[in-house]
Amino acid sequence: MSSSTKARRPSSLFRNLSAKLASIPMVLTALVVFVGGTAWTVVYSFTSSKLLPKANFVGLDQYERLWSTRRWLISIENLAVYGFFSMIFTLVIGFTLAALLDRKIRGEDVFRTIFLYPFALSFVVTGLAWQWILNPDLGVQSVVRGMGWESFTFNPLNDPDIVIYGILIAGLWQGTGLIMCIMLAGLRGIDQEIWKAARVDGIGTVKTYVRIIIPMMRPVFITALVLIASGIIKIYDLVVAQTNGGPGISSEVPAKYVINYMFRAQNLGQGFAASTMMLLSVVIILIPWAYLEFGGKKRG
Amino acid sequence: MKTFSKLLGSAALLGASVAHAGELEVTHWWTSGGEAAAVSEFAKAFDATGNTWVDGAIAGSGGTARPIIISRILGGDPMGATQLNHGRQAEELIEAGLMTDLTELAEAEGWTDLVNPPALLDACTYEGRIYCVPVNIHSWQWIWLSHDAFAQIDTPVPSNWNEFAAAAPKLEEAGIVPLAMGQQGWQQNGAFGVMTIAIAGLDAWRKVVVDKDADAARGPEYAAVFEAAVDARNFASNSNVQDWNLATNMVITGKAGAQIMGDWAQGEFQMAGQVAGEDYTCLPGLGVNEILDTGGDAFYFPVIDDEETKKAQMALASTLISPEVQVAFNLKKGSLPVRGDVDLSAANDCMQKGLDILDAGGIMPSGDMNLTADTQTQIEDLMAEFWTSDMSATDAQERYADIIASAD
Repeated sequence: MSSSTKARRPSSLFRNLSAKLASIPMVLTALVVFVGGTAWTVVYSFTSSKLLPKANFVGLDQYERLWSTRRWLISIENLAVYGFFSMIFTLVIGFTLAALLDRKIRGEDVFRTIFLYPFALSFVVTGLAWQWILNPDLGVQSVVRGMGWESFTFNPLNDPDIVIYGILIAGLWQGTGLIMCIMLAGLRGIDQEIWKAARVDGIGTVKTYVRIIIPMMRPVFITALVLIASGIIKIYDLVVAQTNGGPGISSEVPAKYVINYMFRAQNLGQGFAASTMMLLSVVIILIPWAYLEFGGKKRG
Repeated sequence: MKTFSKLLGSAALLGASVAHAGELEVTHWWTSGGEAAAVSEFAKAFDATGNTWVDGAIAGSGGTARPIIISRILGGDPMGATQLNHGRQAEELIEAGLMTDLTELAEAEGWTDLVNPPALLDACTYEGRIYCVPVNIHSWQWIWLSHDAFAQIDTPVPSNWNEFAAAAPKLEEAGIVPLAMGQQGWQQNGAFGVMTIAIAGLDAWRKVVVDKDADAARGPEYAAVFEAAVDARNFASNSNVQDWNLATNMVITGKAGAQIMGDWAQGEFQMAGQVAGEDYTCLPGLGVNEILDTGGDAFYFPVIDDEETKKAQMALASTLISPEVQVAFNLKKGSLPVRGDVDLSAANDCMQKGLDILDAGGIMPSGDMNLTADTQTQIEDLMAEFWTSDMSATDAQERYADIIASAD
């Protein structure tokens, strides 16, 4: 058996060739669909395309209009608030839950399932569920009032100033479970000897986590960070299901602006300009980070 | 031999028509109770011609359905026929040659003489060719008043906007929301449009919407409109519903005093078994300025390269505008028929009012026919913000004028 496999083992050139062949579809997809589509979008964002793309160049007009549109500015502001708090709270809550589970508590499986369960729901279901939970006549507010606290008011979805936090709550509820699981996997990867060594040196549990374990979990944190960041940039369905941008335009987000202007307002140029700005913001964050991460030092 | 081949040919034709015997998928966004009842009239009549109506209802308002419809047509997966509001929404699709030319059928059936007001057919016409079938006339300029709500505060039902505004504080004291308003841009925008016609008058409106005159939008007539809109915003501040039919339901149940909504609200009152004049009152033009716009729904037929389908499309086009179907459909829908030669003695109080106004020529073109979807969306965004914030009348007016100045 083994001798026959040995005899038929392909040459190294052939092995490389098949790997290359296998990756051709993905390479093509990446080049044509991702890079090509992106370049096309950027080019057409400088045109006055309406319902159909037309190569009618108007310079930076679409961008000037974009940045003087109140709805876009509100969208950006909402994304910034949502992104900032979502990033911090997801990491903190995710790590805390994972650390608590890691303390070898009883019924870990049950808790892990409970915490991860929301992730199994789509954003649309999450949004609708939280729309009801936060509805003043049906949800939290009426329950607390029913228990006797008559003046209790908690109605974020109908208050333009805090509506984005109502969405944030739903987003955190949905997303922290996954981050917790990733963190937990990271914690399980830490050698038990380190805990023993820390205990011998008399270092407290919290300090061990903060000073030793977290720095060791750097790759896990980066994975979590990328997952959270991509979730933030593409936030759309949660908002559509929960508030549809309302009240008024107070919970609009950039992705929704893009979709609305491309399809409902039949103004492709404006939608393309907005999506190019979204791409640009990702690039601005990504390039310095990638430079720091991969460019500065060569790790072998 | 000749007979045989003829026979063979007809058998083949038969076979083909059995395979997809004029099956047409028809997309529309008529999903509320009254609307669904009306659209089934179309389906019934079309099925009676030996073809099959495949219902493609898309839930949500036109804002949700339109992008789906348009992307299907652009994406090469056209439906047999689709509802759209006629006007500028389909302009580019026609330009790109994606819509079927109905001119021959229209000439054969003499649509130009039948359709009243003629503006409806004009909106279907692009460079002299006809591309859609208007099916009804919808007008926005109505306010619906709940008799029950006004009975609760012992006030006679108002006969115009000013009386309503005067009675509003009393309604509020009695725990009734004076003005029901769904918190969606198109509804707020529509209500604003209605107030414009009623308060600023047709001339000012024409200058702004048709001629895109930004100075007129900054003028005193529009200032009065924005002032009234601020009042309306206060009246509607406790109205926490989203969909228009839920807002209509507040009026039906007496939880709200009134709603500014187009005549499609009528279907909801009918479904609830309410009688115009007894349970509710409708005032065209807010009772101030009795002018109706002549927007409405129309059916477009995307180009499909298949003879059977084309035949079925023509059959549907002809069915939609036939007198019996017009009457049956519009009675259920609460809208007005597009032809002046049908008998509508079964129409109720509100529809009769509408017909009288049409006869008297109190009509204006609808906003859909003059503003592009792009401009409409910008105005809707402004309205959505205006109605939910405490933006002042002057700020809102200034921003409105800016949008008009940049409209194309």
